[in-house]
Amino acid sequence: MSQIHTLTMPKWGLSMTEGRVDAWLKQEGEQINKGDEVLDVETDKISSSVEAPFSGVLRRQVAQPDETLAVGALLAVLVDGEADEAEIDAVVERFQAEFVASAASEQAQGPAPQKAEVGGRLLRWFELGEGGTPLVLVHGFGGDLNNWLFNHPALAAERRVIALDLPGHGESAKTLEHGDLDELSGAVLALLDHLDITRAHLAGHSMGGAVCLNLARLAPQRVASLSLIASVGLGREINGDYLRGFVEAANRNGLKPAMSQLFADQGMVTRQMLEDMLKFKRLEGVDAALRLLAAAIADGDQQRHDLRGVIAQQPTLVLWGSEDAIIPASHAQGVEAEAVVLPGVGHMVQMEAAEQINQLLQDFVRKH
Amino acid sequence: MARKISYQQAINEALAQEMRRDSTVFIIGEDVAGGAGAPGEQDAWGGVLGVTKGLYHQFPGRVLDAPLSEIGYVGAAVGAATQGLRPVCELMFVDFAGCCLDQILNQAAKFRYMFGGKAVTPLVMRTMVGAGLRAAAQHSQMLTSLWTHIPGLKVVCPSSPYDAKGLLIQAIRDNDPVIFCEHKLLYSMQGEVPEELYTVPFGEANYLRDGDDITLVTYGRMVHLAMEAANNLARQGIDCEVLDLRTTSPLDEDSILESVEKTGRLVVIDEANPRCSLATDISALVAQKAFAALKGPIEMVTAPHTPVPFSDALEDLYIPDAAKIEAAVRKVMDASRSAA
Repeated sequence: MSQIHTLTMPKWGLSMTEGRVDAWLKQEGEQINKGDEVLDVETDKISSSVEAPFSGVLRRQVAQPDETLAVGALLAVLVDGEADEAEIDAVVERFQAEFVASAASEQAQGPAPQKAEVGGRLLRWFELGEGGTPLVLVHGFGGDLNNWLFNHPALAAERRVIALDLPGHGESAKTLEHGDLDELSGAVLALLDHLDITRAHLAGHSMGGAVCLNLARLAPQRVASLSLIASVGLGREINGDYLRGFVEAANRNGLKPAMSQLFADQGMVTRQMLEDMLKFKRLEGVDAALRLLAAAIADGDQQRHDLRGVIAQQPTLVLWGSEDAIIPASHAQGVEAEAVVLPGVGHMVQMEAAEQINQLLQDFVRKH
Repeated sequence: MARKISYQQAINEALAQEMRRDSTVFIIGEDVAGGAGAPGEQDAWGGVLGVTKGLYHQFPGRVLDAPLSEIGYVGAAVGAATQGLRPVCELMFVDFAGCCLDQILNQAAKFRYMFGGKAVTPLVMRTMVGAGLRAAAQHSQMLTSLWTHIPGLKVVCPSSPYDAKGLLIQAIRDNDPVIFCEHKLLYSMQGEVPEELYTVPFGEANYLRDGDDITLVTYGRMVHLAMEAANNLARQGIDCEVLDLRTTSPLDEDSILESVEKTGRLVVIDEANPRCSLATDISALVAQKAFAALKGPIEMVTAPHTPVPFSDALEDLYIPDAAKIEAAVRKVMDASRSAA
């Protein structure tokens, strides 16, 4: 039986309302496998590739290069099996006729992050999906819940998924009391309490990985599984120059070399990404918070915390990018966990290899 | 998603948050509350366009209506600044500068220098600038160059709500006199502004668009026209880099030179009159320090050397627009092509 699939403009992050088609990576008539990159799209915040969520032959490139289209708009038609041109015309025509109305209503009532006083401080978090054992996503040093923009919606297809801004980050309160891992893990625990979650899967990136490991050390009964992406706490080495450079950077020229080290694909470091990071760094209290946390993570090129001992206590997945310039991918070896190193990917693994990370996380969490 | 507020609300919020944080901050100016001598109408005005509205009741005794005498209340603010307070005085229209110029030019701007660094003058003078409101020649001028010419002053001209809040907080905390120029046509512009306090540093231009073919340097309301022109030109295959100066003193020379060294071409867009202006100053800077990088002549898009006309039709012709900017860019591109 043949299936006609419509590929639509994705929504990457809260503020994305439209994207500009940059270039087609696949041509009409080409066979596409699920997960293949089909075209490049640029938003005011980020540029990335749209991956096919299904397999089939690319039969129709509906969107043209340089065209700016709303989230949810039709980009392409893929056919798995047989279909004649008239059938494809009909699908396109029906989609375009129905699309305009749904776009407006979706914008108006889309899910939004929440903020509340949790454990004595303002925290922001964003919930998507429902059911199952919840999954909590914990970003890294200098990040925020938008670091999961390519992952959060996909992961939420199967369960409740919560991404938060750690204290000192995003739109959570910036003041830290001690500025150590215990304070950050404590804030995640306080959020679990606030949301009446007794047990959750935890996924952490970089410093967020150490926050999850440390939470598992403090409250093992609350943790169903650990997914650690390019995580702090699994070895000695860390790029101290990156941490220093990132903390000290006060303008675009200072920040760019630091941010560039995060990605294997330099195209991801956009003007807007740098501008957004500067806006974060200018907020009152952020500079002090980042200095405290940088000092808590590392002493020069050496990490302060070895949390490998925590791993044996619950199912753990370790993910890394082979080109990580912040924490070496060799830390994925020698831990008592399922470990996958993705080739050609830098430190921001979940952004650079979103489709693969989503698949690996989904499969792992489903098992535990 | 960050909340959106207007340029005017962003300025009001910066004032309120700084007054809450620092009890030495106060506001003085004409009609900043209700209008002097108008009992029972204490928050009737909140400034001639309502920018300070609502602050009078939040900060009793700290929003002061002044008599119609710029030399008097601006002088009082300068004096208060030398004595440990942080006044934010409002010069309703920058066109009234002449009425208080000595207080700024010969007093505030000179104290730190003449007292060997022992005196500071943490004064902010907020003032409305620019044409387009059909307000005629005495209420429409773009006098940024006048202030920029004077050593000892810092001069700010924000182009967005985000910059307006961050630059005003920076201005209030700065220990030197700052002339804070608010473009009257931007007051209703909406933009994302964090609720938290933050500062935007002085002397750091904002790259609003990266491009390889030509650099557009501008500030204030002209930023939006330059962006409009850049977007139109992009469709014709011309890739513009757009720099918003944010502050004209200090001037981010490094960013200007760095950008022109990359693109080899420059158009400066300035709403002010052209003689002895930011446009001529930046053109001279680039001609002097990046001449070898230039692939074509420098162009300037400015108002003409005339007062701002009252006639609608003439005022529209007077103010630079996107079409004039596009024409200037094309002229530079054509000239450099024929030279190559």
